[in-house]
Amino acid sequence: MTDHADESLSRRGLLTHCAGWAGAGALYTLTGGIASSISLDAALAAPPRRGASKPFTFLQISDTHIGFDKAANPDTRGTAIAAVEKIKALPDKPDIILHTGDITHLSTEEQFDDARQILSGLGAPVFYVPGEHDFLDEGQGRAYLARYGAGTLGTGWHSFDHLGVHFIALNNVANLKAGGMAHLGEEQLAWLKRDLAGLSASTPIVVFAHIPLWTVYEAWGWGTDDSGAALALLRRFGSVTVLNGHIHQILQKVEGNVSFHSARSTAYPQPAPGAAPSPGPLKVPSEQLPMMLGIRTARFVRGNEPIALIDQSLA
Amino acid sequence: MTHAVAAARRLAALALILALPALAASSGPAAAATPAKTVTVAIKTFAFTARVITVAPGTTVVWTNEDEDPHTVTAADRSFHSAALDTGGKFSFTFTKAGDFGYFCSLHPHMTGRVIVKAN
Ligand SMILES: [Cu+2]
Repeated sequence: MTDHADESLSRRGLLTHCAGWAGAGALYTLTGGIASSISLDAALAAPPRRGASKPFTFLQISDTHIGFDKAANPDTRGTAIAAVEKIKALPDKPDIILHTGDITHLSTEEQFDDARQILSGLGAPVFYVPGEHDFLDEGQGRAYLARYGAGTLGTGWHSFDHLGVHFIALNNVANLKAGGMAHLGEEQLAWLKRDLAGLSASTPIVVFAHIPLWTVYEAWGWGTDDSGAALALLRRFGSVTVLNGHIHQILQKVEGNVSFHSARSTAYPQPAPGAAPSPGPLKVPSEQLPMMLGIRTARFVRGNEPIALIDQSLA
Repeated sequence: MTHAVAAARRLAALALILALPALAASSGPAAAATPAKTVTVAIKTFAFTARVITVAPGTTVVWTNEDEDPHTVTAADRSFHSAALDTGGKFSFTFTKAGDFGYFCSLHPHMTGRVIVKAN
């Protein structure tokens, strides 16, 4: 315990010193509700930390938008394959992979089939949540649920445990209301309450959903109008990590023991909140594109160790 | 008693207001012979342009998506709705009855618009 305390204290000092974005990736650490970042190079150079038991790694991939072929990236198939190759080449193999939605661009059968083919052979089970682009078919999600709905409830929400960590998959893209933002709905919130009821407050929680569960930018609909009800249920837990996609860029926020992280897309970047007239695809010179796309690995070490997130670009 | 009188006056005034458009519509038989009109609404930079339009009954509104992102045209009460419109995709709907029709993009619900249908 003292070892851990000393370690996190000294690391916190280092983190405070080095906070900020740098280089091709960033390592986030979460200790006592304080999230900070150091450069990827520094993180990889750090000596391995002692843990009470075998740590594991999981991975987040997001917004593959299979089928998008406009100027911002005419080859989303190619960049998704590049992301898959990057994952396969990781020295630290992920136990599980989370896809935080917008698998396809237009929810067509062909796009879903293509995505399945590209994302097969990752060497680990993939758990999905839908993005609004996956709920575009006439059946408003029927195509998605036919493929990924097995073992889920409602419009696709579910939870599972892996080595003591409780993972919760939420759908906040179904049945959206005029003028609002993303939405979870009463039925899903009631399920979440039941799902969390039996868990001790020391259980590490990872929540993943497509649209941010905090308000990033209301004018662009970048938030979830009833996320407060979900967060109220999560507040008693000591470690809650919320992962999302949708906005195609790395952003983070910390609220008490809850930390929020949005990930890059593998398809195309989007402007920073409010930095453009609309949140549409951001066109960058083609040689810069791989730097703005990416994947994220997360390393969990049992005990007081934080979950560390490492964002890597496709460059 | 004065209360009831005031209420009756308000009712009479309301009836007069309601009768006015009906009178206007029935007084012009030529209006019925006018060919059906089409009004276009562009969907660009994540907005319906124009956001609010006022049209006569029988007008067909045509929406065209000029964005790189798909959008939908969905009535707030779901009385009409398009499929997802990719770039260049069009959706049209003919408004036969007077009324105030709010709609939005079901993908990006912060995008809202209104079609006000009234005889003039
Ligand atoms: Cu839209």
